[in-house]
Amino acid sequence: MRRSEGTYQYDWVTIVVYYALVLIGWIGIYAATYTEGTSYSIFSLDINSGRQLIWVFTSVFLVLAILLVDFRFYEKIAYVFYAAIMIALLLVLIIAREVDGASSWLELGPAKIQPSEFAKYATGLALARFLSSIGGKDLSKRRAIVISTAIVGLPTLLILLQGDAGSALVFVAMILVLYRAGMTPIPIYIGIYLIILFLSSLLVRNLIMVLILSTVTLILVGLSFRNLQRLMLIIIVFVMSLGFIFSVDFIMKDVLKPHQQARVLALVDPSVDPSGKGVSYQTTNSKITIGSGGLTGKGFLQGSLTQGDFVPAQSTDFIFSAIGEEYGWLGSLVLVGLFITLFFRLLFLAERQKSTFARVYGYVVFTVLFTHFTLNIAMTIGLFPVVGIPLPFLSYGGSSLWSFTILLFIFLKLDAHRMQILER
Amino acid sequence: MFKQRVIAIYIVTILVGLTFLIRLFVIQVVDDKYKTEADTRIITPIVEYPYRGLIYDRNEELLVYNEPAYDLMVIRSQAKNIDTLALCDILGITRDDFDQKMKGSHPIRPSLFFEMLSNEEFAVIQDQLIHFPGFFVAPRTVRKYPHQSLAHALGYLAEISKRQLERDTARYYSQGDYVGINGIESEYEASLRGRRGIRHKKVNNRGLITGDFGEGALDSLSVPGDNITLTIDLELQQYAEKLMAGKVGSLVAIEPSTGEILAIVSSPSYDPNLLTGRTFGSNFREIQLDSLKPLFNRPLRARYAPGSMFKTIQSLIALQAGVVTANEQIYSNNQLIGDLAPIGYYDVRKAIQFSSNNYYFKVFRRLINQNKDPNTFIDSRLGLDWWQERVKKFGLGVQLDIDISGAHEGLVPQPKLYDRYYGRNRWKFSNIASLSIGQGELNVTPLQMANLGALLANRGFYYSPHIIKSVGDSDGIPEKYRIKNYVEVDSVHFEPVLDGMELVVKSGSGTRAYMPDIEVCGKTSTVQNSFGEDHSGFMGFAPKDNPQIAIAAYVENASWGGRAAASTASLVMEKYIRGHITRKYLEDYVLKGEFVY
Repeated sequence: MRRSEGTYQYDWVTIVVYYALVLIGWIGIYAATYTEGTSYSIFSLDINSGRQLIWVFTSVFLVLAILLVDFRFYEKIAYVFYAAIMIALLLVLIIAREVDGASSWLELGPAKIQPSEFAKYATGLALARFLSSIGGKDLSKRRAIVISTAIVGLPTLLILLQGDAGSALVFVAMILVLYRAGMTPIPIYIGIYLIILFLSSLLVRNLIMVLILSTVTLILVGLSFRNLQRLMLIIIVFVMSLGFIFSVDFIMKDVLKPHQQARVLALVDPSVDPSGKGVSYQTTNSKITIGSGGLTGKGFLQGSLTQGDFVPAQSTDFIFSAIGEEYGWLGSLVLVGLFITLFFRLLFLAERQKSTFARVYGYVVFTVLFTHFTLNIAMTIGLFPVVGIPLPFLSYGGSSLWSFTILLFIFLKLDAHRMQILER
Repeated sequence: MFKQRVIAIYIVTILVGLTFLIRLFVIQVVDDKYKTEADTRIITPIVEYPYRGLIYDRNEELLVYNEPAYDLMVIRSQAKNIDTLALCDILGITRDDFDQKMKGSHPIRPSLFFEMLSNEEFAVIQDQLIHFPGFFVAPRTVRKYPHQSLAHALGYLAEISKRQLERDTARYYSQGDYVGINGIESEYEASLRGRRGIRHKKVNNRGLITGDFGEGALDSLSVPGDNITLTIDLELQQYAEKLMAGKVGSLVAIEPSTGEILAIVSSPSYDPNLLTGRTFGSNFREIQLDSLKPLFNRPLRARYAPGSMFKTIQSLIALQAGVVTANEQIYSNNQLIGDLAPIGYYDVRKAIQFSSNNYYFKVFRRLINQNKDPNTFIDSRLGLDWWQERVKKFGLGVQLDIDISGAHEGLVPQPKLYDRYYGRNRWKFSNIASLSIGQGELNVTPLQMANLGALLANRGFYYSPHIIKSVGDSDGIPEKYRIKNYVEVDSVHFEPVLDGMELVVKSGSGTRAYMPDIEVCGKTSTVQNSFGEDHSGFMGFAPKDNPQIAIAAYVENASWGGRAAASTASLVMEKYIRGHITRKYLEDYVLKGEFVY
């Protein structure tokens, strides 16, 4: 590589943080699968930690491949790749539905792939290419908004139809990318407002909700009765809010699946499952596992609940509980700190890009990782219903590790060549 | 363009990070709830049972010890592909039993499969056990009795009952624990059981124990139970049991100078080894169904009219009250009450020697009608009340403070009793005259009569009879066994009574108890029995001066008191005092005697 020319250099901060996270994850996976009395080493291929090591090593080759490919390649293939993945998603929907409605895996002979994982950067690349193609023009144009929304919306819909609500949420979060690209923030505000309304109507009875809304509306009307336009807006919002409140029941019962309903309810209202042995079993045990870690944790392989297999899926989605128990709050601080460092670095890297393509793609990387991190940690400490979302770089699993690695290193490749954009 | 929006995204990122760290700080550092919740999930206390204390006789002869036994345990999830029939064969159970036991077991935790295999049974199974994965043995102990003696006094162990569990306010016991039932095992349960230890083990999500918790910091070691030494003289006990074998009755021997019980026999008895181990249940039922009631603790619970033995008490009360003097001659023409004694003059000595019923009829009348009130009804009532107070001082009609549970207090009639029969002030001396010779409503236990022997030997006091000599390393016995209970009769009044008792043995109804070189004091009684032959009773002590042993013996349906009871008691006294038997003929007579009808 031509590092000596100074024109292209990989961001070592990100790479160091990346490997730190992978290492922590690997140790956590060993703790989560280790059983007292058995003598499996951390390298043993009979347990998840040994297999994860294989995924880590193979991902090195993936990284090298990504770095060897010309950086312009990614922009060029963006649409083709996107189209291919969308077809794959459709195929999953058609083929997999016949076998098992909730499956998101596509079986190609002996290999099993999960197109929704690839969809993340396919969508990211396509979105970046599109926003780059409209050049300096911002996203205030209706046509641009519609197309970008469609690029993100299509995979969201297809994945939602697969029944993978967690991954769909990650795509929804790409609204953040559009926001940075200049889209009006109003949809975000509306989204936040609806989430608040949704949760509050689960918490308090509809009648009280109506009373609160009416009071707030009356005050607002009183403050702006001279401004007819604003008055109209307030009343429309009020009427639509009322409609939304009364449709919460419908959403709960008819849109969400029974297990999703239960998880949402258990989160809002602990009395749904007071013993913690029903729907909230996983969350409850995860919280207790993390909570029992104390300030400094119980030590490597000393996490009694981790060793006792009290948290289901601990080496995959609930890997954080193993780290929280064995390394305590200080361990959590280090982990959260590393992620925040990574996010700040990604934002910084994205902002220093000369090309729109690289910048938008950078934001996609940030958004995907940030959403995974937020939802995953929130879910393990009982702030969010359980959705099947892995913790990037830490959770056990080849698919997820490869996918996040590819996502991240394409951006690092683009970043390394950012100076060449000007030369072009 | 829109670069300022980056700030908002930075802020959101920071907010999410901070929210997580604060929330984590609360659940990991601030709130202890999660730590206690975690402990309840991963710690399971394992109870360590201590060795139960051993029991010795007064000469350090071992009476009760613990024998290892083995519980066959099973972990159902591991018991796969085993040769069920072979296992049934080894254990001697049916296929149905096997399925039943398997069904009742915990799916993954060790469950009891077959209880209390003996050493020998274990030896057979041990080698085969490797063919049955999931099965293993857990050691425990069962009580063993090398001498098969003293069953009633020792009691036995059995699984704690629901009622006992409810009464256990200290919450020491739990379901399935073995506790002492009856006798010493029950009375000294708290000393014998020791203290249980608790070991904290880690369990995993499936409930499997994975190791120790916290390196034993929370654990408490089990403390073995205290050994107990009894006042029983095993050799004497066994000799007495041998003599009583084949008879229905009781024998109690007490050391008068201490109140220590030297021997206590309830016949028929049972081998205490039957009420231990796996066969407890079936053996218990069998013993329970025996028509001779071997489980009935006769010396403490069988009640008889005291009969002629009671004349000693009558004499002492009368002498102390001054209603009669030791040498006063009272003419008995045998008109008042049936009598076997010849007509003539009687003083106390002679009255006891010949057991003159008419003498005591007159003495008792003097005690009851002391002319405290001109109305004879009221006078009798006052007299009886005064009299029963005195009688109770002799340990009759009251619970003796013995350390074997279940002792009966017997009955000394109160005025109230006759009020109920006849109406208040509608009865007088003639209605209660049979009390004068220890008949009527009076009844006593053999233990109370042995105690009477002891207090006569002591010339006026007794220690509560007891069976405990020492607990653990301490020599101390409960304070209540060091207290002299005075009968409130001056010792001078005992001399004529004891002279009379000596004469009973020398040339009265108790000559079978006679030993040429040991002065035995005794009194026989023949207890009328409406169901068959009279019961035979003997109460006494020896030697007359410096008494070493007081005794009461009852043999049911053995006709008059002099026969079986006096012989048996005499042999036991000789055995204790001399250490061997000189009167082989008497021993043969007693051993041959069959008094079970």
